[in-house]
Amino acid sequence: MTTTTLATQGLGASYGSHRVLADVTLSFEPHSVTALMGPSGCGKTTLLRCFNRIHETITGARVDGSVLLDGESIYGPGVNPIGLRRRIGMVFQRPNPFPTFSIFDNVACGLPREFPKSERAAIVEKSLRAATLWEDVKDRLSKPATVLSGGQQQRLCIARAIAVEPEILLMDEPTSSLDPISTSSIEDLMTTLSERYTIVIVTHNMQQAARVSDFAAFFLGDGTGVGRLVEFSETTKMFTKPGDRRTEDYITGRFG
Amino acid sequence: MNGFRVARYIRSGVGTFLSGLCAGAAALVLLLILGYVAIKGIHAINLPFLTQLPVPVGESGGGVANGIVGSFITVGIATLIATPIGILTGILVALFGRGLIAEGIRFLSDVLSGIPSIAIGLFAYTLFVEPFRHFSALSASFAFALLMLPLIIRTSEEAIRSVPQVVREGALALGMSVYRSTMYVVLPAARPAIVTGLLLGIARITGETAPLLFTAFGSQFWELNPSNPMAELSLQIFTYAIGPYQSWHEQAWAGALLLIFAVFVLNVVARLVLRPGGAR
Repeated sequence: MTTTTLATQGLGASYGSHRVLADVTLSFEPHSVTALMGPSGCGKTTLLRCFNRIHETITGARVDGSVLLDGESIYGPGVNPIGLRRRIGMVFQRPNPFPTFSIFDNVACGLPREFPKSERAAIVEKSLRAATLWEDVKDRLSKPATVLSGGQQQRLCIARAIAVEPEILLMDEPTSSLDPISTSSIEDLMTTLSERYTIVIVTHNMQQAARVSDFAAFFLGDGTGVGRLVEFSETTKMFTKPGDRRTEDYITGRFG
Repeated sequence: MNGFRVARYIRSGVGTFLSGLCAGAAALVLLLILGYVAIKGIHAINLPFLTQLPVPVGESGGGVANGIVGSFITVGIATLIATPIGILTGILVALFGRGLIAEGIRFLSDVLSGIPSIAIGLFAYTLFVEPFRHFSALSASFAFALLMLPLIIRTSEEAIRSVPQVVREGALALGMSVYRSTMYVVLPAARPAIVTGLLLGIARITGETAPLLFTAFGSQFWELNPSNPMAELSLQIFTYAIGPYQSWHEQAWAGALLLIFAVFVLNVVARLVLRPGGAR
């Protein structure tokens, strides 16, 4: 169980001289699912990538403002991004199992090297069960991960992310490349996982946001293409009584 | 409408025919060379040719065993030198590819790949033969390594780039260091393509002769010490081919056939490695 809080203050991000996000102030409830919504190019994926400092691995990428994990800035001078990324896991838009690793090793490879061998198998089983993949793969754990279907690969990536027991789980459109059946099983999974983790999910799909999230943040590019936070509230409120005209237009499908 | 369609079919037909003709011509030339060398060389390839030393002028028989072994040694040492440098440089250029250093390395490697092999040989001569007043297989290996290097750098870079960025980010997001994600995740995924580049690099230098003229120099004897002049198959072909004796000419053809066969095998293996499921 985690009570870790994640918050941003005046957060902005840019690639070289191209600013994509400005002035985002948000905070995320422990054990909740928060959906980041908005049209393409509004900076929501970049925002997610600022939370585990993967944004800065791209040449020329910069961050301003602050991200606070339990009140401490994750961009502070003493913070090691490697340790941070063990606390904040990420699931990507495209399933990205490590191609030369077996199913077992894909789940186990995030564990620290000094982790006892005897307990690895238990962690792998537990994570695969949590990701509802265990029954599908328990007889072929040594097969390469590439033999799995797209939906199974994505669930494997979720198992890989939760095996290291992060406190926060970031999900970047985790179902956008999956069929409806896999999508629904991953959505169910998110609801279960939110009992243990704080989840932040980027999604294009408003029905998905309505189905899985407790809170929702709506982003929109301003006239110059810089993404800004328009509205942040409980999901039910956003979908029934949006506080901003632009949110209402987006939700009712008038644009985007 | 029909006229338009017919014209399109004609254009398509003519295009297909012409490109087929060109492809056929290219393949035909290759087959002619292979066939001619095979016919000229096959009857001189026998056990003594493969297992004996060259004989003095005037005697018949003898073989190129020392040249075969010498070529293996020289190419082997060159591969040992060029492989780690080439792969590590390829990693650097692929992962940090936008900076000035990476651009500079890429440019220099392209220039290096365009330098004629005889000039590389001269360079090796100046560096490793002249100061010691002594020809050596090592100086030849150095020249060969320089010839292989750009090819290995380029293919390693491409191989690593072909691993999707999202896989690399996945490793980083899991809390792996850049070193660990490169060594454990990216490099294994790129390995088949890197091995292929390596084999093509070996194939590229196996037949090289020019840089050997003033580095390995050649030898009539069994020579296994790479700091001495050493026999090389391609050098023996050169010597025999321009010599005045009929038996030498036959041995030159046989040697050429052997070399072509070796390069052919290397290329086939390189292709097999790239197939899905190869080189796991």
